[in-house]
Amino acid sequence: MRLIDETGAVVADDPPLPAPEVLLEGYRGLVFARRLNDQAGALVRQGRLAVYPSSHGQEACQVAAAAVLAETDWLFPTYRDVAAIAARGVDPLDVLVMLGGDWHCGYDPVATRVAPQATPLATQLPHAVGVGHAARLKGEDTVVMALCGDGATSEGDFHEALNFAAVFASPVVFLVQNNKYAISVPLARQSAAESLAAKGVGYGVPAVRVDGNDLAALIVVLTEAVARARRGEGPTLVEADTYRIQAHTNADDPSRYRTEAEVDEWRPRDPLLRMRAHLVATGVLTPEREAELAAAAEEMAAHVRAGMGRESAPDPAELFAHVYSTPTPQLREQAALLAAELNEVQA
Amino acid sequence: MIQALNRALHDAMAADDSVVVFGEDVGPLGGVFRVTDGLTAAFGEQRCFDTPLAESGIVGMAVGMAMNGMRPVVEMQFDAFAYPAFEQIVSHVAKLGNRTRGRVRLPMVIRVPYGGGIGGVEHHCDSSEAYYAHTPGLLVVTPATNTDAYGLLRAAIEHPDPVVFLEPKRQYFTREELDAGPVPPIGRSVVRREGRDATLIAYGPSVPVALAAAEHGAAEGRDLAVVDLRSIVPFDDETVTAAVRRTGRAVVVAEAPGFASVASEIAARVSERCFHYLEAPVRRVTGFDVPYPPPKLEQHHLPGVDRILDAVDDLQWEEA
Ligand SMILES: Cc1ncc(C[n+]2csc(CCOP(=O)(O)OP(=O)(O)O)c2C)c(N)n1
Repeated sequence: MRLIDETGAVVADDPPLPAPEVLLEGYRGLVFARRLNDQAGALVRQGRLAVYPSSHGQEACQVAAAAVLAETDWLFPTYRDVAAIAARGVDPLDVLVMLGGDWHCGYDPVATRVAPQATPLATQLPHAVGVGHAARLKGEDTVVMALCGDGATSEGDFHEALNFAAVFASPVVFLVQNNKYAISVPLARQSAAESLAAKGVGYGVPAVRVDGNDLAALIVVLTEAVARARRGEGPTLVEADTYRIQAHTNADDPSRYRTEAEVDEWRPRDPLLRMRAHLVATGVLTPEREAELAAAAEEMAAHVRAGMGRESAPDPAELFAHVYSTPTPQLREQAALLAAELNEVQA
Repeated sequence: MIQALNRALHDAMAADDSVVVFGEDVGPLGGVFRVTDGLTAAFGEQRCFDTPLAESGIVGMAVGMAMNGMRPVVEMQFDAFAYPAFEQIVSHVAKLGNRTRGRVRLPMVIRVPYGGGIGGVEHHCDSSEAYYAHTPGLLVVTPATNTDAYGLLRAAIEHPDPVVFLEPKRQYFTREELDAGPVPPIGRSVVRREGRDATLIAYGPSVPVALAAAEHGAAEGRDLAVVDLRSIVPFDDETVTAAVRRTGRAVVVAEAPGFASVASEIAARVSERCFHYLEAPVRRVTGFDVPYPPPKLEQHHLPGVDRILDAVDDLQWEEA
C-alpha cells in the first residue's frame, strides 16, 4: 500500500491520510532518526562506537513502529532498530550502550517497555508472543510490536512465533523491514515466495504489504494492525518494502554484492524527502518549523556526542552480579578472586 | 515420582495464579507421562494448555510470559527434543537477567524428562545435563526421590531464576510416600548413606544405582557413603567436600558420557579441594562416549553396580 508517492503527492485517499499534526510529528521523528544515524556513523569512524548498523533509508518503518504504540505497549527491536527505540522515547545514549561495548543492554526494558535489542535473528519473536499472551491472560490490552528483517523470516523462530501468535490470537504486530539484503544475501536467495507477506497465509495471519518509505502509509497500516490486536483479533504481519542505503555495518563492504546504480535507484525514494515534500506542499511545514526541528535534532546529536565522549568503565564486579538473582557460591568465589587480582594491580 | 511431580504442579498452581503450564500434549492428555494429568480440568485451559509442536516457540513464549509477570512451567517431551529450543535456552533464558543488569528476571521452569534405562528408542534417553550446567545463568536441578521431586519442583517454580528441571525418567514409576517435610532449598546436596571407606557421588537416575552399589559393597566389607547432589547448579561443594574428606576416596557416578561432563567437573573440584585428604585419584564411572545406544545395548552403557564396585576396588587400597 502507498498513500504518498516519491514526489510527495497523495496517490490514494482510501484509507484517508493521517492528520497533518500526526504527519508533522512523524516527520520530526524522521529528522531525529536520520540525525541519530549520521551521528552514530560519525562516532564509529572516530572509534568511539564499536559498531553501528545504520537504518538510513528505513527510518519511516522505525518511526512508525514506535509512533503507533501506547505507553503500555511493548516494542521488540533488533540490532538495527536504534532509531525505533529512540523514537519510543529511550535516551539514545542508553541505546548505544550495547553498541559501545559497555553492557549488553543499556536501558530498563520493563520501565521503557522496550525489550533488549536482539542480536540473534528472530529469537525475539516468540518472546513478543509470550509478552502478548501473558497480557491477555492478565486481562490487559497491551499490544506488542515485533520487528525483524527479511533475512530473519527464514529462521525457524519467525515461523514458530507467527504460528503461535495465530493459534493463541496473540496481540502481536510483526513488522518485517524488507530492506532487500541480509548482509550480502539478496531477497531472492532468502525466499522464493512471491512476497514475505505471503507467508502469513499459511498461518492464518492477515498480512499487508506497504511501501516502507511512505510514513503515512506505514502509520495507517500499523495503526490498524495495533487496533486489531487490541480488539483481541490477533496478530498481523506487515511487510514494509524498503531499502538499506548504507552498509550492513561499518565492517561490511557492500560493493561486493550490489551495484552503486541499484542504490542510486533508491535514493530518490528517501522517506524523509518524500514526507518533507508533502508537508511543504500542503503548507504544514514552514521554514521556521523546519529550522526548529533541525536545531532540536542538532541538540540531540550534541547530547549523544557528549555522552559518548565520556570515559565509561563498567565495574568489573558487575560481571558476577546479575547472572542469578543471588550469586551462587561458585560465583562469589570467582568475584573474590577477581577483586583480589584487581587489588594487587592497584597496589 | 509422577504423582509427586503432578502434586507439586497442582499445589503450585493453586498457591499462585501466575503459574501456568504448557507444552506438547500437557493439556487434556496430561502429558505423555501424565505429569500434568488433571491440571487443565482443575485450573482451566488458560492455566494448562497445549501448544503447537515447536520447542523453540514453547521456550521462547515462556520467556516473554516470564518477562510479563507470569511463572511459566514448560514441558519438553523428551530430553533430545529440547534441542530445537537450545538456542532459546542458552541465548535468552540463561542470559536475559544478566543482559538487563537484573531488571528482567525470568522465573520459569523447563521440565525435561531425561536419561535412559527405559528401553527407549533413539532421542528418548539422552542425558543433557552438561549442556545446561555449562551455561551460566541456568539453575540445574535433578531429584532422585519422590519427596525431592515434589519439594524441588515447588522450589524451582518459586525461584526468581530460570531452572532446568531434569526428571529422571527411570524413576518416574517408583512409588514411595512423600515426606511432608520442608521444601529443600535449591543448591543443597544430601548424604543419603553414611560410610567410612569411600564416597560415591551421584545425582538423579544414578542415585539408586549408587545406593545399590553401596549395599553390595557392604556385603563385601566396603563401607560406602553416598551423596545425592540434587542440584548440579549451584554446586554444593561444602557437602561434597566434607563427605570426601571423611572417607579419603571418591567415585563419581553418572550415566552421561564422561568426556567433558558434569562428572568430570565434580572429579576436578573434589581433587582441588580434597587433595591432601585423598588416598587415590578420584574415579569417574559414567556412560561411554557414544551416542545413546539402542535398547538392547543400553545395559552395557549405563554404569551398574559392578562397574561402580570395580572402580571402588581401584582406589589404591593397601592390602591388609
Ligand atoms: C541466528 C543468527 N544467525 C546469523 C546471524 C549473523 N547475522 C547478523 S545480521 C544478519 C543478516 C540479517 O538480515 P535481516 O534479517 O534481513 O536484517 P537486516 O540486517 O537487513 O536488518 C546475519 C546473518 C545472527 N545475528 N543470528
